[in-house]
Amino acid sequence: MRGRPNLYVSYEDEQAILPTWTKRVLMVVFGLAAVLIPLGAVLQFGERTVQPLGFLAGGDWLRILGTVAITAIAALGLNILTGLCGQVSLGHAFFMGIGAYTAAVLGSPVGAAGVFGSRWGAGLPMWVWLPAAGIVAAMVGALVAPTAVRVRGLYLAFVTLGLVFIGEWMFRTFVAVTGGSQSGRSFPPLNLRLWGIEREGQPATGPGLDLVGDGPSWAPINWLDWLLGPWINLPDTMSSEAKHYVVLGAIAVVFVLFAKNLQRTRIGRSFMAIRDRDIAAEVMGVADAGAKTRAFAISSFYAGVSGALLGAFVTRLIPESFGLDLSVQFVAIILIGGAGTVTGALLGTVFVVVLPRLVQDFSLWLTETVNAGGFLAPVADLVVSTGPGDFGLVSTSQGVTPGLNVAQLNFVLYGVLIIIFLIFEPLGLYGIWIRIRNYWKAWPFTY
Amino acid sequence: MISLLVVVVAQAAPATTKLTSAVTNGLSLGALYALLALGFVIIFKASQVVNFAHGAIAAVGAYFTVYFATVLNVPGRWLIGFPLAVQWGLSVVCAIAATALLGLLIERVTLRPMVGEPLFSVAIVTIGLDIVVRGIANDYIGTNPRPLGDPFGINVWRGGPFNMAYSEIATIAVTLAVLGLVALFLRSRYGVAMRATAFDQEAAMAQGISVGRIFAMAWAIGAALAALAGIFSSLFPRASAGVTQNFTAFFAFRAFPAIIVGGLDSIPGAVAGGFIIGLAESFAGAYLVGETWSFLGSGFAGVVPYLVMLGFLLVRPYGLFGTAEIRRV
Repeated sequence: MRGRPNLYVSYEDEQAILPTWTKRVLMVVFGLAAVLIPLGAVLQFGERTVQPLGFLAGGDWLRILGTVAITAIAALGLNILTGLCGQVSLGHAFFMGIGAYTAAVLGSPVGAAGVFGSRWGAGLPMWVWLPAAGIVAAMVGALVAPTAVRVRGLYLAFVTLGLVFIGEWMFRTFVAVTGGSQSGRSFPPLNLRLWGIEREGQPATGPGLDLVGDGPSWAPINWLDWLLGPWINLPDTMSSEAKHYVVLGAIAVVFVLFAKNLQRTRIGRSFMAIRDRDIAAEVMGVADAGAKTRAFAISSFYAGVSGALLGAFVTRLIPESFGLDLSVQFVAIILIGGAGTVTGALLGTVFVVVLPRLVQDFSLWLTETVNAGGFLAPVADLVVSTGPGDFGLVSTSQGVTPGLNVAQLNFVLYGVLIIIFLIFEPLGLYGIWIRIRNYWKAWPFTY
Repeated sequence: MISLLVVVVAQAAPATTKLTSAVTNGLSLGALYALLALGFVIIFKASQVVNFAHGAIAAVGAYFTVYFATVLNVPGRWLIGFPLAVQWGLSVVCAIAATALLGLLIERVTLRPMVGEPLFSVAIVTIGLDIVVRGIANDYIGTNPRPLGDPFGINVWRGGPFNMAYSEIATIAVTLAVLGLVALFLRSRYGVAMRATAFDQEAAMAQGISVGRIFAMAWAIGAALAALAGIFSSLFPRASAGVTQNFTAFFAFRAFPAIIVGGLDSIPGAVAGGFIIGLAESFAGAYLVGETWSFLGSGFAGVVPYLVMLGFLLVRPYGLFGTAEIRRV
């Protein structure tokens, strides 16, 4: 009987984060792959060497993976609020903005005119500004919560919609912090210094890890290389992108574990009770307002940290970046992935972040097919628009052509995917995965 | 907020032209919000769909007008010799009809399969629709503003202390006419059927009302009203050069506060809310400027609707005329 799925002999077993051996083994394999492949691991078979999924180790794909880690944090935050606690929020971008600008003020180099110069910056290291970004966002979330707790369901969506627009105006207006609409401001770089105030025009002081520029691999990576023996080899150098990926991935893992664990705690269960039926939860002794406030604060903490990392990762943002479209992106992630599950939020993040790149590659491939001619060319020509007057869904050439460009197509695709998933698969990618799993669990029987 | 406005008005009593321009501007703005809110509430009442795509549909309506009036010149190409106002008016009618068709299409393809799903899921579908419609409309609008080819231009009517752009007068006139038509419609055979459906879908069905057809009708009317508002919001005093990307859609988002202030499911509330929001925004734009208010920066008037909405929600969570939700376990 041991190891049967769905057979648990104790409550602790059922509540375990990885309840079955299949999941544990898969997690180890997946975890190793997530570290080894993007770092450019090479498999050694005697004389032959193979680099599986080697393209992921390239600079542009490492940047995409870093974005996945950052986006995953914010998506997990929205998943706690919307998926776990059932509160619809279109205001996630606002809290990301709060976090990003907190980080910018605390972490940016001190200017010539002092901390409160034309662009505020206190020059503190990352271990100060990153938690502070989360905490300030959480405090703002807790401040907004009383308004949000008073209204229910769809009215909350309107309140948070208002929040995004008010926030965007605040960010635009507070030029000393945000740099205004014209140029935006630069954000503190990801830089793991231990101490020391950074000043403009001077090299950073204090010991720490350098994340900018290529360099030799970090010691833990070398230990891992040694541990894996002669069959799997990691390169001796790490690019700047690889370093960023490792740090962002590690931060994201912490947040994934916290989100996963939250579901098993009293607080997480109170969220789910409110989601399922708020009055029933109140009758059973769950403090409605308190739990919702807590959900807002935790979700905003995630958003704040994610916003701070986003700013640091892309280095320069304008206030309009934290607008409605960013919020909608997270709603899309949650719904495409499957609301209420950590796995779903992660699947949705990977899908939504990687999608633009896939669309871009695909449309480039289509254009090449058209240009190369052959029997596939007319089919590809129907989809892609290569010149003025040429009908097509995607346009790849510059200038005025019919068809959406890649960025617009991605934007429209979010919308189409939201609609399709809600109509045909409300449980999202996670639901599809569960369906596949259940099929094989009972195979060859169909029940 | 209202008491704040009263204080502001009292302070600035001598400046009549400032006051009157704030009032006229607020009324025409309120008329636009009322049009948007009216279409939204009709859709919500009849089909229980919170339509986040309303602004996007309004933008499409404005773009259709650009397309019919300036690109295709339909029906103007067959009406050579008629005055511009007639030609343009008929183009507007064509654009409204096309937008109504779009509304029908949207309802049939994306919302009919969602009948019976939770309100929230359906609302998220409309967020998806907003993205799709707005994205495609933006592509067609292009990077440059698209003039509507309207006969109003930048002409302004002056009478005593009042200054009104011709298009503002037209906005208010059209809104009043539409309000009358909607009131008549709600008393007609189909209007009564729609109200019955809004009240209880199953009971309406049992009375022989085709609920699906009512949904379609509500969407067509809602989209038509949105198109009308979209067209007028792209004219001279609101937009300097015509339809631009995202402008109309985001302008229409400011009608959501009007709906909340009036109550999500109240038609008189939508109209009242529209004018309240319009006047509040206009007064903020006229009076909260200058040295004293420079800390507010630019574009503060644009967020006043949302601030009013937040204030109203704290005091009256269901708006002025909305039905309070009864909660049972």
